[in-house]
Amino acid sequence: MARALGLANLLDHQVGGRRNLIINGAMQVAQRGTQETGVTTGGYYTVDRFRFGSDSATFTMDQNTVTDLPGFTKSCKVTCTTAGTPTGVQSTNISVRLEGQDLQHLKKGTSDAESLTLSFWVKSGTTGGTTGTYTVELLDSNNSNRHVGSTFTIDASDTWEYKTLTFAGDTTGAFTNDNNRSLSLTWFLSAGGDFKTGTLQTSWGAYAVGNRVDGNQVDLASGNDSAVNYLEITGVQLEVGETATPFEHRSYGEELALCQRYYTEATTTTTGGGYILGVASGMAWNASNVAGMQIMLPVEMRATPTLTTSFTTPGVYSPNRGFSSGTIGLGSSSNKAVQLNVSGSSGLTTSEQYYLYESSASFSRLKFYAEL
Amino acid sequence: MQDKMNILSAQYFQTMLDDSPSSIKTTIDDRDLFIPLDPANTDYQEIMRQVEAGELTIEPADEPPTEGA
Repeated sequence: MARALGLANLLDHQVGGRRNLIINGAMQVAQRGTQETGVTTGGYYTVDRFRFGSDSATFTMDQNTVTDLPGFTKSCKVTCTTAGTPTGVQSTNISVRLEGQDLQHLKKGTSDAESLTLSFWVKSGTTGGTTGTYTVELLDSNNSNRHVGSTFTIDASDTWEYKTLTFAGDTTGAFTNDNNRSLSLTWFLSAGGDFKTGTLQTSWGAYAVGNRVDGNQVDLASGNDSAVNYLEITGVQLEVGETATPFEHRSYGEELALCQRYYTEATTTTTGGGYILGVASGMAWNASNVAGMQIMLPVEMRATPTLTTSFTTPGVYSPNRGFSSGTIGLGSSSNKAVQLNVSGSSGLTTSEQYYLYESSASFSRLKFYAEL
Repeated sequence: MQDKMNILSAQYFQTMLDDSPSSIKTTIDDRDLFIPLDPANTDYQEIMRQVEAGELTIEPADEPPTEGA
């Protein structure tokens, strides 16, 4: 009977359908690039969906190539390059943020609230202070930042270790059913004293900053030895239930499309400037030298995206007119398509078609952000 | 718990096709960002938080170019 119930539980929650709530858990997708140096503020730098922050030290973040963990080829690696002791509410952390509409099956805030199990592979420094206890936290943005924490220990240096942590369901406070952030999953890699004034909150409860991090938390930013002060993580899976199941591998294309809901970009065709590949041709609207261009986003994004660019010398180009420099702006847009506005060019002809163009010899990007 | 952005300047941006501003042009550190007026966009949420806190003023849009001769 117990076996039958166990099978039913597996079928209900863990085997049937998609299990992993985490996008890009195998760290395959890194649209922004594979390495970012000099990281001192929180943000998205390399592997998609995994946010890194450090406000007391300087780090390098890599999408690292993995050769010593069968079944995985990439990891998220952070390495301290300038040490710094966190004070107050400073910290170093890796986090993943999830939309409320993707969490409704957790039944949070009801008597049937589901447990969650987190599993991942982790590896850290060789000797010295980076082996020890780390804190992992779930934080509910919809209910005054209710939170729960747990710890794991790295037992050996330079060795991939598999960790699993189970969090009981929270019967208080439902997640809002929308496209905003509801849940944050955070690995603390260092934490200032304000996070540790109390006792780690190991069951869901009201927000208390002093209960967010375990008193024995490692300080990964205590030194800048690249062989010691680093941490790698991959194979991240968060699933309903109290048992960790094998990592749910998804194809690169599937993960990329899921990531593009939160970040996507369009780039020049080569490193030598030129056209934006596949997108951004439009026409001059009038004799005021303004060109409008429409871009269909590859997937429906979470929200209308913020635009930033890495252009050095942007402008418009046509075979008739050649290149004319201009300024890129964001016109009326949605989460499905955006309108670029290139102004300040000269000599355009109304209704003539133009391409968005980078005239310098640089690889340039239009970057669209709809992160949580 | 939203991250605080160090916004150096903010101005509404309007194209000649639109009757009203379509985004906010901001300078954050050394980057120019165009932030849409979408309440679900987290950058927009942070800008509005700073405006409501009296920490930031959004300048009105420049007059969009009019139809040429």
